[in-house]
Amino acid sequence: MELLGLAFALQVLRISVPYALAAMGGTLSERSGVVNLALEGMLLGGAFSATVGSFYGGAAAGVVAGAFGGLLVAALYAWVVLRFGADQIVAGVAINLLALGATRYLLKLIFDSASSSPSVPGFDGAGWAGLFIALTALCVVAIHGWLMLTPGGLRLRAVGDQPAAAHSLGVDVLAVRWRAVLAAGVLAGLGGAWLALDNHGFVDRMSGGRGYIAIAAMIFGRWQPLTATAACLLFGLADALQLNLQTTTTLLPREWVQMLPYVLTMVALVGVAGRSRPPAALGTPFGR
Amino acid sequence: MRTRAATSIAIALLIAMAAASLLILAYGQSPGHVYAVLLGHTWGDRYGLGQVLFKSTPLIFTGLAVAVAFQAGLFNIGAEGQLLVGGLAMALVGARCGGLPAPLAIGLCLAAGALAGAALGALPGWLRARFGAHEVINTIMLNFIAQALALWLGRRFFFVEQTVHTPAIADCARLPALGLAGSAASVGFALALLAAIAVHGLMRHTRLGFELRALGQSATAAAAGGVAIGRAIVVAMALSGGLAGLVGAGTVLGYKGYYEEGIASGSGFMGIAVALLGRNRPLWIVPAALLFGTLAHGGLAVNALVPKEIVEVIQAIVILAIAASSSDLQRLAAQGQR
Repeated sequence: MELLGLAFALQVLRISVPYALAAMGGTLSERSGVVNLALEGMLLGGAFSATVGSFYGGAAAGVVAGAFGGLLVAALYAWVVLRFGADQIVAGVAINLLALGATRYLLKLIFDSASSSPSVPGFDGAGWAGLFIALTALCVVAIHGWLMLTPGGLRLRAVGDQPAAAHSLGVDVLAVRWRAVLAAGVLAGLGGAWLALDNHGFVDRMSGGRGYIAIAAMIFGRWQPLTATAACLLFGLADALQLNLQTTTTLLPREWVQMLPYVLTMVALVGVAGRSRPPAALGTPFGR
Repeated sequence: MRTRAATSIAIALLIAMAAASLLILAYGQSPGHVYAVLLGHTWGDRYGLGQVLFKSTPLIFTGLAVAVAFQAGLFNIGAEGQLLVGGLAMALVGARCGGLPAPLAIGLCLAAGALAGAALGALPGWLRARFGAHEVINTIMLNFIAQALALWLGRRFFFVEQTVHTPAIADCARLPALGLAGSAASVGFALALLAAIAVHGLMRHTRLGFELRALGQSATAAAAGGVAIGRAIVVAMALSGGLAGLVGAGTVLGYKGYYEEGIASGSGFMGIAVALLGRNRPLWIVPAALLFGTLAHGGLAVNALVPKEIVEVIQAIVILAIAASSSDLQRLAAQGQR
């Protein structure tokens, strides 16, 4: 096994794509003050609708459908959380359970199967996958630039840190948060589309905790797009190592490698508690 | 206040039922017929009733776990991991109990489960108290860590060759079945009821319970009143984890007789729903758990007509609807940001 080869680097990138897209969504949403545990459900919803889209209209339609599926899940989450002020953690967990149940139900309704969809057109050849990876990288840079350097990004961060002050300056807090959560849905939905199309089909529970890993990466990256993406690559590297070590050595038990991102996140949470803080108004509803 | 709570729960159940009816219609079945079958196979015969009690047992424990933390203003999303280490500990102790009198063996197993769960709950509590690290993220992370750790421990040290389960526990450590037409219901259900009463007594009538509730109302006020905040946070999380660690009473001691990879998985998250529906009141947790237990077994019963996944959708919608309409929760949410 060649750990430093091009094939290995590509494998790390492939694994990191859904992490990075979901983490970007999480960052936008949380910087606007909305906790986003629902990323897991958005990934799953995106993966399922991408599969349906690709089944009926090919891979390109699948990508669009994936983004739309994520958007749909996000809209439900935003509606419950922003319109009704539901507890964001409870609602996030519930959305994830809902996505799990709903995708299984639809799997039976549409594809008459309890566990997986039929094979659908996906990313064949290097072209599609390469393009998707490049666009993901571009997306990360664009979001970082927008969030950190533009007035729009400043408004979003202000809404997450000082909603009352932003409101008094004429910023529509709820509208900014709605847009941030919907954007998170599109991004995570695209991440889900990648999962499904890379796999040429949907499998029950295929998001497999990636939404939570993305949240871990976002926290590890201190709520900043570039560092969060670096954390995603680190977690992707751990995954790729695990996949390769599993077949070749018994140097480190694979369960230990599996634990790594989660342990690192706990350490980061404790370590950065003094230096880096989440957005000040994270999780707090804002009434009109 | 009380009528508002009742209204919000009634609305939530109505919304969930409407959604369920739509999903059933979409599958080409009649909602009325499906509901009748569901009720007939759950509360209509002794076996069904037993299965409902069996499915409700873990939910009572996890519902209590979430509710205790909630009353102290903390959010324990880690029941999923806590029930897992608790179950493993129970099975390991149970396998080594041969020859002991049954009450002692069972007592040891329960203590082992509660302690393991409490340890896993206390850790995020301590991280919160000492470093201000948010317990929500840490309990979620610990769910994954516990899962991988239990799997590694099992594969490396404990599982029976070629399986993903531990050796059988001694007969004296088994909880007797309730004798409901061969259903899986055991004395574990009675233990869950006792736990609900005990938690009710603890929260309402003891100093510790008062301190935990004071913490949940306002940390500042509790501190001014002489409550050691850090200690109370750790105790609340340990208590919560310990309750989740007892889930194995129904599954490990009362039914399977061993710990198995994935046993009772999902009960931790569902405990959040149960606690919400039961308004975090220990005694109301029981009917809430029975409702979700009915749905869980009823889903299997109607699986020939409609996908049992409809039940998962309904459960999620109940949580969403209650969260959206509950003013109590919003107050808690605001306090969670201290």
